Amino acid sequence: MKRLMVLLLLALGMNVAYADGGKMAVPENAKWKEECGSCHIVYPPKLLTANDWQKLMGGLNKHFGANAELDARDNKDILEFMKKNAGSGERHSATSLRISDTPWFKREHRSVSPKEWVHPEVKSKSNCSACHKNVARGYSEHDVRMPGGKRWEEEEDDDD
Amino acid sequence: MTAKKIALALLLLTGSAQALAETPKDFVAKYTTEAGAGFKPSAARGKSFFTKEFGVSKDMPSCASCHTKDLNSSGKHVITGKVIEPLAPAANPERFTTTKKVEKWLKRNCNEVVGRECTPAEKADFIQFAIEGGKA
Repeated sequence: MKRLMVLLLLALGMNVAYADGGKMAVPENAKWKEECGSCHIVYPPKLLTANDWQKLMGGLNKHFGANAELDARDNKDILEFMKKNAGSGERHSATSLRISDTPWFKREHRSVSPKEWVHPEVKSKSNCSACHKNVARGYSEHDVRMPGGKRWEEEEDDDD
Repeated sequence: MTAKKIALALLLLTGSAQALAETPKDFVAKYTTEAGAGFKPSAARGKSFFTKEFGVSKDMPSCASCHTKDLNSSGKHVITGKVIEPLAPAANPERFTTTKKVEKWLKRNCNEVVGRECTPAEKADFIQFAIEGGKA
């Protein structure tokens, strides 16, 4: 029975891990959730490179217009977690350090019209949960609802 | 469980209970001590500090820019739009109960609005103001 449970657990874990593209597994870290999540949704570490996270965490006193300084210990712990789970390659990097400026983000959102980005329920590209309804539990294309409640029409997407 | 283990568990439990037991008044007392002999916290001074326009940040000249002039109501971050829960303990019992949070936010916000870290005297005055109604 125990073995069966372990197998089931492994199978479930693999499902999440392999479902890249439609779904995105988000690793857990209490400090990251508490500190980053007290101001905005916690953005998955894989959406920027380790190098970008390092720059971002090194400039928290000027964090996109707000002071978000952490004490040295928390900063170090969170950065370690981000780097360990960071993305790689140019498509996950942006000189602005904004996830919404990375090639990956732009490609994934290429079909979203400018009108939808400035919709009062959306306002900002950083407002993931405006359309990704269960974003706190991870990303899934099936959860996407456009402003006004319209379901996202799935299209062929070969990107992950 | 051995007696030793039980004792350890009890110690841990009471330790964490103590950590949670900080109150707004504890912070006023702590900062008053740090401010040095002869200092007496004043809600009136805290109020004028809170509404003073420091002119350091264009978008948030004073604390009230984001927190509003009534600490019993919710505020809004002028840049990010994030809703800020009330600061007055009467309206939000979670306020001024954890050293780490109090220090973190005072450091961030003082640096941003005042242009430097706040002094213990300023912190004591401000929290006293929040305790005594928090309406400017």
